[in-house]
Amino acid sequence: MGLFNKVGLLSKKDEKLISDPLSDNNPITVQVLGICSALAITAELEASVVMSVSVLFVMGVGNVVISMIRNIVPSKIRIIVQLTVIATLVIIVDLVLKAFAYELSKTLSVFIGLIITNCIIMGRFEAFALGNGLWRSFLDGIGNAFGYAVILVIVGFFRELLGSGTLWGFAVLGDPIDKTYLYALGYENNGFMLLSPMALIVVGIIIWVQRARSKHLIEE
Amino acid sequence: MAINTEKNSYTLLFAVCLVVIVGTLLAAVDSSLKEKIRINKILEKQQNILYAIGINENEGNSVSFISTEKAEQEFNKYVINQIYIQGQNIIEDDKAYLIDVKKEKALSKDPNYKRRLPLFIAEKDGKNLYVAPIRGKGLWDAIWAYVSMDENMVIRGIYFDHKGETPGLGANIKQRFFMDDFIGEALLDSEGKFKGVNVSKTNLDPKNEDKYDHEVDAIAGSTITGDGVTAMIRSDLSLYQSYFNNINN
Repeated sequence: MGLFNKVGLLSKKDEKLISDPLSDNNPITVQVLGICSALAITAELEASVVMSVSVLFVMGVGNVVISMIRNIVPSKIRIIVQLTVIATLVIIVDLVLKAFAYELSKTLSVFIGLIITNCIIMGRFEAFALGNGLWRSFLDGIGNAFGYAVILVIVGFFRELLGSGTLWGFAVLGDPIDKTYLYALGYENNGFMLLSPMALIVVGIIIWVQRARSKHLIEE
Repeated sequence: MAINTEKNSYTLLFAVCLVVIVGTLLAAVDSSLKEKIRINKILEKQQNILYAIGINENEGNSVSFISTEKAEQEFNKYVINQIYIQGQNIIEDDKAYLIDVKKEKALSKDPNYKRRLPLFIAEKDGKNLYVAPIRGKGLWDAIWAYVSMDENMVIRGIYFDHKGETPGLGANIKQRFFMDDFIGEALLDSEGKFKGVNVSKTNLDPKNEDKYDHEVDAIAGSTITGDGVTAMIRSDLSLYQSYFNNINN
């Protein structure tokens, strides 16, 4: 890390906003936010990536909007305001896609509900955008979305590979019905990988690996 | 000038302003894009119907419709007649493909209402294909399909779609490996009674070589979506049986 700082794009403090969520402050493995969507849609690599890109967009724009209005929002109703902002954003994006990119909107329609209820988004609005300026909020949104994406892609990769024997829909291990390549040797897909309990276990393994490597994350 | 954001009157005012702004914004976006979305939906319907009769651009394992530019032209070329069945009556209507199956299904809960059942008759390679739109419930939300049959109610093509099934699991009903299994399955048994097609966990016939068992292989991890498909075929396609009995006699 430190790349953006070296080339002079970001200050050290700003760079941390991007790099922290990728490691020591990961939204899924450390903040434990957004678990529900990480379990729900990671049976395929492609779905993981689509969800990550959608969240990246909503987090970036949402954090900026919340940061813009942070000084005029009454604290009593701030949660409702956050919810309204994010729901509005998502619905507008959905309508525009339906009008101009219908095929894409059909692929994304399942994710719309999951984005609105994604607690990472609310969590970052509440914890960061309400107290910080536009640029820093934007970086925080992007950073956390990338942190989320990394975990989703890792989980999606293993679940699709071991569960269906494919990656991005391509049969990389051979054909399980015709018994070619690896399947000719007696290998079988593990159907259990496709169910959500295994997603939880894969996330658990990632958390284990991460804490084994950075001991300071382990609580006393 | 600092605003006191904690006052009740301010909170109320803020809430009202927010609702007005957001409401106006959403209404404006929605009404300006409504017409475009409506046309997209019609084209999608035409693409789906064409897909079911085998007019598509599938390559390998992909599911590809013919392009939206060609959809209307091809639709008019292949679909020679559109009808809807209401009770005992068969009514010709060249706008039958605009009948909202969801609405008709909801209205049919009233015993006095006679549900309109759209059917599209297409001619391909000298043979007639009958495409019926059906609709049911999956795990999270609606699922629907366009089923093309020959006059003996043997499935010749099918296109499934869904609103919100789980990606990677129930959402796979719109994959080729699932849809193609239905092709050749007979809906009627040898005595002419409606049996439908069951999505079964005990079929053990991944390539679906047995076409007369009224069963296709289920998808692992999508039991409820699969049961929804079975139920949808049974409840909606059986309504068309009397029409097929009539054309065969």
